[in-house]
Amino acid sequence: MAEMTYIQAISDALRLEMRRDPRVFLIGEDVGVYGGAFKVSLGFQEEFGPWRVLDAPLSETAIVGGATGAALMGLRPVAEMQFADFISCAWDHLVTVAAKQFFRGFTPVPIVVRLPSGGGFSGGPFHSQNPESSFAHIPGLKIVCPATPHDAKGLLAAAIEDPNPVLFFEHKHLYRRIKGEVPEDRYTVPFGYANVHRPGDDATIVTWGAMVHTATEAADELAKEGFEAEVLDLRTLIPWDKERVLEGVQRCSKVLVLHEDTRTGGFGAEIAATIAEEAFEHLDAPVMRLAAPDMPVPYAPSLEKAFLPQVEDVVTSLRELAAY
Amino acid sequence: MAVREAEPVSSFQEVKEAGLDREDLLAIFRNMLITRAIEERGHILYKQGKIPGSFYTGRGNEGAAVGVAMAMGPNDVGTPLHRDMGVHVTRGVEPWRIFAQYMGREDGPTRGRDGNVHMAIPELGLHPMVSHLPAMLPVATGMALAFKIRGERRVAVGWFGEGSAARGDAHESMNFAGVRQLPVVFVCDNNQWAYSTPTYLSYAGEHIADRAAAYGFDGVVVDGTDVLAVYREARRAIEKARDGGGPTLIECLTLRMEGHAVHDDAFYVPKEMFEQWAAQDPIERFRSWLYDNAEMTDDEEGEITSAVKRILNDALERADASPLPDPSSLADSVFASPEDLDTPHHK
Repeated sequence: MAEMTYIQAISDALRLEMRRDPRVFLIGEDVGVYGGAFKVSLGFQEEFGPWRVLDAPLSETAIVGGATGAALMGLRPVAEMQFADFISCAWDHLVTVAAKQFFRGFTPVPIVVRLPSGGGFSGGPFHSQNPESSFAHIPGLKIVCPATPHDAKGLLAAAIEDPNPVLFFEHKHLYRRIKGEVPEDRYTVPFGYANVHRPGDDATIVTWGAMVHTATEAADELAKEGFEAEVLDLRTLIPWDKERVLEGVQRCSKVLVLHEDTRTGGFGAEIAATIAEEAFEHLDAPVMRLAAPDMPVPYAPSLEKAFLPQVEDVVTSLRELAAY
Repeated sequence: MAVREAEPVSSFQEVKEAGLDREDLLAIFRNMLITRAIEERGHILYKQGKIPGSFYTGRGNEGAAVGVAMAMGPNDVGTPLHRDMGVHVTRGVEPWRIFAQYMGREDGPTRGRDGNVHMAIPELGLHPMVSHLPAMLPVATGMALAFKIRGERRVAVGWFGEGSAARGDAHESMNFAGVRQLPVVFVCDNNQWAYSTPTYLSYAGEHIADRAAAYGFDGVVVDGTDVLAVYREARRAIEKARDGGGPTLIECLTLRMEGHAVHDDAFYVPKEMFEQWAAQDPIERFRSWLYDNAEMTDDEEGEITSAVKRILNDALERADASPLPDPSSLADSVFASPEDLDTPHHK
């Protein structure tokens, strides 16, 4: 085991996959000589050459659509969006072609689109978004949102191995902030299994990505008052671990669904609806949702702090749940 | 701008030099007839209510489609569109499977998951189009990228129309292909009407092929009703790409001889335009050429036309015997499984 940051774990996974499978290649803007805007692929071009680490023009559709074409010919492309926000430029391709190709053509599209997402550092409206729910609504796409270095490495390997288009949301605010023990060898973390990031029986917090850490800080705070909340990290949204969520609801009877994405139509709504449908009689309190408000991500630190769910917001929500 | 305008093909000698023998010529004729017959029969089936949804034809484009497909090698790939039935026929898709596709049956290439010409058989090197044109151009470009990365002597052909040339996908694909000198050939079916939109409301330049110069590769305009000229230009472009010479943009000029789909009577197309282009119908034109230059006999033509009829009759019967997909299979193919990977088309 080695201690790695979240971003080192992503680099490590990608490097190991490229070493073991010559079909894997990376394409994106500034991923070659520059090593990517966040330096995930620093040194990759020296090791793998310019045709496996391809600097692309500013053409998200050509990057992701090209990845699909290469995948149909048997390669395993990894496409990097410089920021997850820019995936809107390739939305049409992903939704129209990649997501529906196997359904009607029976030819798998094994592509991974890496999406540096999330806010917390004044990226403003165009460098901070969490667009996972728009894609969760598109049948045929898988959605991965790791919260820890261990999961980032194992989920990226699993994503590259997966025969479907996978959107890999890597949270920028975790890149260098979060460290953890990571096995040196290759391993995969299977999709569809939630992880208990923090155990507890008084409430279950269902969340993913950077909010796993926010939730954990809040739960630790409440533990001082004798209220033990479980932090359930979904890790993947499509597929999502419904069984484990329902088990948590049945055991704790109180649930907080927490995400950094905006509230209306966020993936939390799907989780809350499922709990209402399938575990209503186990609830001792209404399902609570905490999310960003329905607005673009603001720039000024004071505004962004008010926009993103903070530890104290989670603490307040948990107190409400505890008191209910 | 002075893009090259291809000369018509005249003599049999010239055709031989382009790589076709007499057998090939008769095969081209047969494939053009099958293409038109499939669409004519399909139209009847549609009117009879046997084909759900909508129905599209490529009347007038048979020469452009068959000409390009004839020039492709066995390991080349392509993403043909709704006017390019001739590509499927030439690559060897059996007509009965096309009728099964039209009728939403289990034996259509999409097993009833998608309709009309949204189909392809990947083992034959073709991949199915979507409605959002030219969304398959980036895909074809990516296929060419795979060939380049692996150092394979294979070529991808991506089709688009003059209407969809206005969309960003076309620009991004050609720009990227030019930068990386990928083995891809872009074929523009310029049939002069994007639904009801005429060319002068789609683009301001003289030719779509003029744009090639801006992307750093060759462009050529060819009369799309001259199947042999299309073949010659496509072959030149494909072999150039195969030899590492990068992309080419081929613009095949035709007229869409029917409406956008069969519900559309194309009232907006001037009558004189239809009359003018009807006089250069690609099939009639090639038929005359075969008589004049390749000594096709009445008997030979008779044999071909009756074979086509037979193939079509058998195809309809066989397609009609194919069942509608079982609703229990509804969501079978939303996600692929690991065992779906590395199938023959993936080579």
